Amino acid sequence: MSENKIEITRTRVEAGLAKRYRKEAAFRFFGMLATAVGVIFLAVFFITLIAQGASAFQQNYITIDVEFSEELLAPDGELDLEYADFDAVVRNAMKALFPEATGRKDRREMMRLVSVGGAYQLRAMLKSDPGLLGTSQSVTVPASSNVDMLLKGNIDRNVEASRRPLTDKQLAWIDQLVENGRLEAKFNSALFLNGDSREPELAGIRGALMGSFYMLIVTIALSFPIGAAAAIYLEEFAPKNRWADLIEVNINNLAAVPSIVFGLLGLAVFINWMSLPRSAPLVGGLVLSLMTLPVIIIASRAAIKSVPPSIRDAALGLGASRMQVVFHHVIPLALPGMLTGAIIGMGRALGESAPLLMIGMVAFIVDVPAGFSDPSTALPVQVYLWADSPERAFAERTAAAIIVLLGFLLLMNLSAVILRRRMEKKW
Amino acid sequence: MELTTIALAIIALSIASFYLGRARSLALVGGPRKIRHLHSLPGYYGYFAALWCLLPAMALVLVWLYVEPRVIVALVVDGLPEAQRSLSEGELNLLVNNIRHLAIGDVVSVQVDSGMQAAAAQYQEYVTASRRMLAALSLGLAVLGGAIAWRRINPDFRARNRVESIFNALLIAASSIAILTTIGIVLSVLFEAIRFFREVPITEFLFGLNWSPQTAIRSDQVGSSGSFGAVPLFTGTLLVTAIAMFVAVPVGLMTAIYLAEYSTSRIRSIAKPLLEVLAGIPTVVYGFFAALTVAPAIRSAGESMGLAVASESALAAGLVMGIMIIPLVSSLSDDAINAVPGAMRDGALGLGSTRSETMRLVILPAALPGIVGGILLAVSRAIGETMIVVMAAGLASNLTANPFEAVTTVTVQIVTLLVGDQEFDSAKTLAAFALGLTLFIVTLLLNVIGLYVVRKYREQYD
Repeated sequence: MSENKIEITRTRVEAGLAKRYRKEAAFRFFGMLATAVGVIFLAVFFITLIAQGASAFQQNYITIDVEFSEELLAPDGELDLEYADFDAVVRNAMKALFPEATGRKDRREMMRLVSVGGAYQLRAMLKSDPGLLGTSQSVTVPASSNVDMLLKGNIDRNVEASRRPLTDKQLAWIDQLVENGRLEAKFNSALFLNGDSREPELAGIRGALMGSFYMLIVTIALSFPIGAAAAIYLEEFAPKNRWADLIEVNINNLAAVPSIVFGLLGLAVFINWMSLPRSAPLVGGLVLSLMTLPVIIIASRAAIKSVPPSIRDAALGLGASRMQVVFHHVIPLALPGMLTGAIIGMGRALGESAPLLMIGMVAFIVDVPAGFSDPSTALPVQVYLWADSPERAFAERTAAAIIVLLGFLLLMNLSAVILRRRMEKKW
Repeated sequence: MELTTIALAIIALSIASFYLGRARSLALVGGPRKIRHLHSLPGYYGYFAALWCLLPAMALVLVWLYVEPRVIVALVVDGLPEAQRSLSEGELNLLVNNIRHLAIGDVVSVQVDSGMQAAAAQYQEYVTASRRMLAALSLGLAVLGGAIAWRRINPDFRARNRVESIFNALLIAASSIAILTTIGIVLSVLFEAIRFFREVPITEFLFGLNWSPQTAIRSDQVGSSGSFGAVPLFTGTLLVTAIAMFVAVPVGLMTAIYLAEYSTSRIRSIAKPLLEVLAGIPTVVYGFFAALTVAPAIRSAGESMGLAVASESALAAGLVMGIMIIPLVSSLSDDAINAVPGAMRDGALGLGSTRSETMRLVILPAALPGIVGGILLAVSRAIGETMIVVMAAGLASNLTANPFEAVTTVTVQIVTLLVGDQEFDSAKTLAAFALGLTLFIVTLLLNVIGLYVVRKYREQYD
């Protein structure tokens, strides 16, 4: 009888077995698929980013032969850099290149090939070397963004003329320039040396980089000492009571509060109440340090906790005070972990943009900030601003700015990993 | 004197006091060989002097910096002619701003007259005088503090205990900043929100179906009263969050299961750091990707299937946000799965269940509270996410559940209301704070519950 029952069970199990194995395989497949989703997204993301952004590191420049003629620039015999007509100098140089362009309309189209930054560049040349006045020079000036986009293949020359930003005549001129070797792609140094601009070919991330730099200085100067001190107190000195529990819960919650809420705090407290300057890296840094504080506290506490109690006991046993135990023995051992936490916190601060929108760091700012209270933007905010611009050339620059931003983040995280590897002690 | 110079001078003074204090303590007992007659190590006498030099002077500088602009503005206003002093508050502010800009050589928005010129000169004078006074007072205070400490040093003085108690106070102050931040958030958001609710009833805000936060410049303008019904924002937020969760929860959970149960350690060591990279990408970058790559792709895919897709759709924002949240869900699920005791797993496998059956019938039910807690944290993250939706979800407040349409969210509206010019007495600006308050309360609740569940659950099997 029991033999029989076992037999029945076995046939039942065996009948279902194939189905169960199928389910098992399907489950496993879905697991693999899910893991692949993240990885594939990452791959697609980086490929599109590089495809979009890599070309922005090159920029097309036109070589023109300019004559710094005295009668144009200094009609009264006196060179006034502010008011001198450098546009006319560029115009004359272009006229010399394309003598066939005579009509008003043609001239205008011709001038659209070269960036308005050309005139500024000539002014800067004369400013640094006034002796150039009256001479002829061969100068390389940026091409306008449409020319640049055409040569990079982002504007299709085969669509009908009304649907592309360049006319047939302009196309012919561009081809002529390329043939004569006057139109060349070079490394886009403007991207790293200039502040923001309305003209894509002149726009750079220097201003945003400096803004981020000043902000991170404020952030690290405030959040690391305060975060470390808070972690030391909570881990080593705080009595285990409800107050300590409250602080603990509080810190964990702060770490999960949406970043935009910190922006509201910054707007209401730092700008409205303390009347600190708007758009300043100082305020941005204050907001970001409040935001990264919980991250640093949590990481520092973990680092302090990992120092074995025997070290504390030994120091106490030799007569050190509790403060001496902590500052002479625990902190030096926990420091690598605390620094790792600080770097990770800085990485988050560098990528953060939402709270900065609240405190006015989204303004269009051309000047590169030179201090903590100069108006500025930050690198991620610059990405946001450029991503909003309709020009095709800005999309490319946005991707390039993102590549730079991700490069910095990678550098920070790598240094955190290396720091952890080299300094970490296993007890 | 420049502010940085003052600060550097104070620091230099306090370093000098350190060495003076230490030297004095040693001199008093007659050299390093008689150090046992000192109560504390000589360095502590030095620290004591340095702290006395540093802290009061720095405190003075901070207070001064807070008070200075207010006093100067009051003085300048006092010096203005009667006609200008009786201007309304807003006009007076504008005038003072212009005077300030004139004084520091910035762009001024109005025609400069001689009165303003004089006021600007006055302003400049006050600033210079104030800085000079600050330099003299703070450096004097630093020297005074150092001198007092120096006089108090004697061999029986308990310098170590004093220094340690000062340090202890500093540590306590540092740890209470976290509390102060929370209080600051609550108060700043709450006050402005209360001012908003005085103008717009709270019931209209919470239950109104129409959101168009334009307030009029003139009171007799057409459509002068904006309407502040936030329901479309709430539904928009929920829609985007739901799409994001629809992506993140299954993918994140299955990733965690695969990496914990099936994958070889080699795959794990590759896939885990890659997922961490996903978590480390700034949200503005995700936003760029959503707006410029995903949204057009969805649009053209929708068009080829004959669907009308808005160029800014909830779907694009939600999908990308879901991807962003995958690492969060998978790491929290991983924690929860790993917290389940191995004996339960071994028992199920020993009774003949397949790995997927063990997972679905034994481990997941046991890990469920932890996973749910993690999902709550992920939802809170999705609700509070800003840049992706700002860049990809749109501004139109549609009351819709159609993922192909543009929706707007709470965070998007906070950003659009506060970017640009702000007036702290218009309902439009204050509405942002009311939305911020709602956002803060909702995410706080989710976080508290989520963190509590996650932690409680972790302890249960420890």
